[in-house]
Amino acid sequence: MSVIFIVLPLALVLGGGALAAFLWAVRGGQFDDLETPAIRIALEDDVRDPS
Amino acid sequence: MQFADERPRATLPAQGATTAACAHCGLHVPAALVEPEADEQYCCSGCRAVRATLLQSGLGDYYDLRARFDDGANREPARGSRRSYATFDREVFLAEHVTVVEGTARVELLLEGVRCAACVWLVEKLPRCMPGVLSTELRLRDARLSLVYDPARVALSEVAARLDALGYPVHPARGTSQEDLGKRSERRLLVDLGVAAVCAGNAMLVAFALYSGQAGAAGQGSDLAPDHAALFRWTGLVLGWVSLLWPGRRFLLGALGAARARVANLDVPISIALVAGALAGTWNTVAARGESYFDSLTVLVFLLLAGRYVQARQQRFATDSVNLTRALTPVGCLVVRERDGVEVTEEVTLREVTAGDLVLVRSGEPLPADGVVERGASRIDRALLTGESEPVTVGVGDAVHAGSQNVGGALHVRVSDVGAASRIGRLMGLVQQGLTEKPPIERFTDRIAGWFVVIVTTLSLGTFAAWCALSSVGVAVDHTVALLIVACPCALGLATPLTLAVAVGRAARQGLLVKDSAVFERLARGGRLLLDKTGTITRGAPALVDWVGDRGLRGAVAALEARSQHPIARALCKALEADAVVGVHAADVRELLDGGVVGQVGGDTVRVGSLEHLAAHGAAPLPELRREAVALEARGRTVVGVARNGRCAAILGLVDAPRDDAQASIAALRARGFVPEVLSGDVQGAVARVAREVGLEADQARGSIEPEGKLARVRELAARGEPVVMVGDGVNDAAALAAADVGVAVHGGAEASLAAADAYSARPGLTPLVELVDLSRRTVATIRRNLALSLVYNGVAVTLAMAGYVEPLTAAILMPLSSASVLALALVSIHGGRRPRPPEVTPCL
Repeated sequence: MSVIFIVLPLALVLGGGALAAFLWAVRGGQFDDLETPAIRIALEDDVRDPS
Repeated sequence: MQFADERPRATLPAQGATTAACAHCGLHVPAALVEPEADEQYCCSGCRAVRATLLQSGLGDYYDLRARFDDGANREPARGSRRSYATFDREVFLAEHVTVVEGTARVELLLEGVRCAACVWLVEKLPRCMPGVLSTELRLRDARLSLVYDPARVALSEVAARLDALGYPVHPARGTSQEDLGKRSERRLLVDLGVAAVCAGNAMLVAFALYSGQAGAAGQGSDLAPDHAALFRWTGLVLGWVSLLWPGRRFLLGALGAARARVANLDVPISIALVAGALAGTWNTVAARGESYFDSLTVLVFLLLAGRYVQARQQRFATDSVNLTRALTPVGCLVVRERDGVEVTEEVTLREVTAGDLVLVRSGEPLPADGVVERGASRIDRALLTGESEPVTVGVGDAVHAGSQNVGGALHVRVSDVGAASRIGRLMGLVQQGLTEKPPIERFTDRIAGWFVVIVTTLSLGTFAAWCALSSVGVAVDHTVALLIVACPCALGLATPLTLAVAVGRAARQGLLVKDSAVFERLARGGRLLLDKTGTITRGAPALVDWVGDRGLRGAVAALEARSQHPIARALCKALEADAVVGVHAADVRELLDGGVVGQVGGDTVRVGSLEHLAAHGAAPLPELRREAVALEARGRTVVGVARNGRCAAILGLVDAPRDDAQASIAALRARGFVPEVLSGDVQGAVARVAREVGLEADQARGSIEPEGKLARVRELAARGEPVVMVGDGVNDAAALAAADVGVAVHGGAEASLAAADAYSARPGLTPLVELVDLSRRTVATIRRNLALSLVYNGVAVTLAMAGYVEPLTAAILMPLSSASVLALALVSIHGGRRPRPPEVTPCL
């Protein structure tokens, strides 16, 4: 079971990686506006009905 | 656009009124403006212009999109102001608001009139139809536009004018530094939350291994290999301390600050639990025996921070909305300068105006600075500055003040004082003073926290002593630590901010922006309610209440006044909406500077204006009507005459009447424990009359009160220990709003009052205040229920801990469970209950 000595630090490193990604996203302002991007995706150029 | 809900007595039946919807905004088109032969009807010229621009630019898809996203609940006419925006190109403006990096300029703007996703689409299409605009990003929540453009190819004023033509008047985003501060602190909180989440997740992971190892060993040590157990323990230890010292520092620092100030807040009991758990856990880890508490601690830190984050976010939403409203004051004015012997009018920013400048103030514009009228004559609306409901007439040599509005003809004003030296600037000084002298808010949870600390400390000392006597010191330490941890008021610490966040969000949906959630606790208590008169109890604008003489002229007056923007004309339009006849239009309409308007309606020459105006044009009223006019004037009415073909045929009385909801609202507030009182800068007679009409006693109405007087009254009541709620809209209320326990600014108020108030109602009238009080009572009731429930939890847990029955695993399960159940109850109870009535009027920022 000595694999645990590798796996546990590995889990922590993975967690740390996720945290780093999260911090990068926060600092980049991705959480400043949670509302508009959600509707912006529905607003792409082809809004006119095909008919 | 709202139409008068108060009909004048004895309306004639509407003649052939058809319903037509505006092709742009979808609102009802006044009958006087319906053009039967046209395909599309417009409620105003603004809508007509915006629709034309949209169709020309190939942006007609906007209407399809809007039909999909907008529920039509808060429609309003297009707002295009058709200003020139020349100020936006001034050096001073660019230096203050625009940052240029490598040839591209970036500026933050606030837009009026943004309502739904279709607006986002429209605004973000701008780079396609304007060369030089590189990107536009609109944030729907607070209508903030991040604009990137190439200053070499397009001027900011052109972009602004284009946005304006699309129906979004543009304002520079002010208070950017404060906004940045808020954004940065929210981001920091989010970072802490992320760190706390990673620590909590991993700490639980290792704790799970430890717990299951223990369970397998059936009470005789652990069946984990000792080196594995040590690894898990030490990992948990590191994670726990990271969580405690990084995200958890918020609680520790909060508690430290409270201890220094010799007060208690919820951070204190939370910190005691965190520190006690961490120290005991460390000791146990080092000694390689007993339990580490780090799983519970990290989860605790994470949950509490999550609650705080949600609250901070809701709070910022409300503050942003208030800022948007505040930004709607103009940044520029027109300065008349002499160049080569010729007078040139230049649009400059307010900052560039200095004493000695000559400024041109056109009709409908606010005065930019204090000064003396040098040319022209006009009427000045000082309602926001002084509370006087009637505009005053000014001529050459009269002093005028910044913050009042020019409602008559154009004026040339020689500036004497600007900025802080002006009268409004001095009032803002009083506001600052009021804000600094405001007593600190003692929150309900802080009061509870004080007791909490005392009780928990006593109990833990008792437990320690008892177990020392009964057993060993080691056992006593274990049980005391367990007690300290389970006594942590986490349910309260989590449920309270979330309850407040829900309440703030709910208030915002009802058009009530609460800047500080402590407002709820204070409003629920009742107390002294000081009301401003003009604009708060009354409409702040005249309304038609009397019509003496020929009623057959109503349709003609409606048609004529539909073409004028004068405040009295607008009042008449509203009142006579039902009398307007489709197809009857006024032609050849001229607005005259001496207080009247004249035009051709159905072959007759119709003239509406003051009696002096009518007399000057040979249409003085006959003695019988004149007597009526004198009687009306004696009752405080503004009198307007109507002449047909040179003969005065009717006399109209207008007055700034109380809003329809005023009396009922004041009665409702009384029933909720408030003692109302009217404070107004208007003359005593008018104040007493309005007070009587809304059901107040004569001694509860005070007139002719200066802004300083309002402030003094607030202080006087506060000194007596009475909770004071001040409601007002004007600059003259701002100092009192700032000093009161709760200041509520109402719809249409001045920027100063918004800055000073704790809450802002985006809907007119006092009904929103009643709703806010009801919401406050419900919120406080919910918080108390949470408290009771979490106290029961803590009581049971503490008793078990004292008796030595609480294992760390029990604590780890019990704590989130109690938080979850209290939270569920909180959310259910604040969402349930009596549903508030839907707003009767559209919120108009």
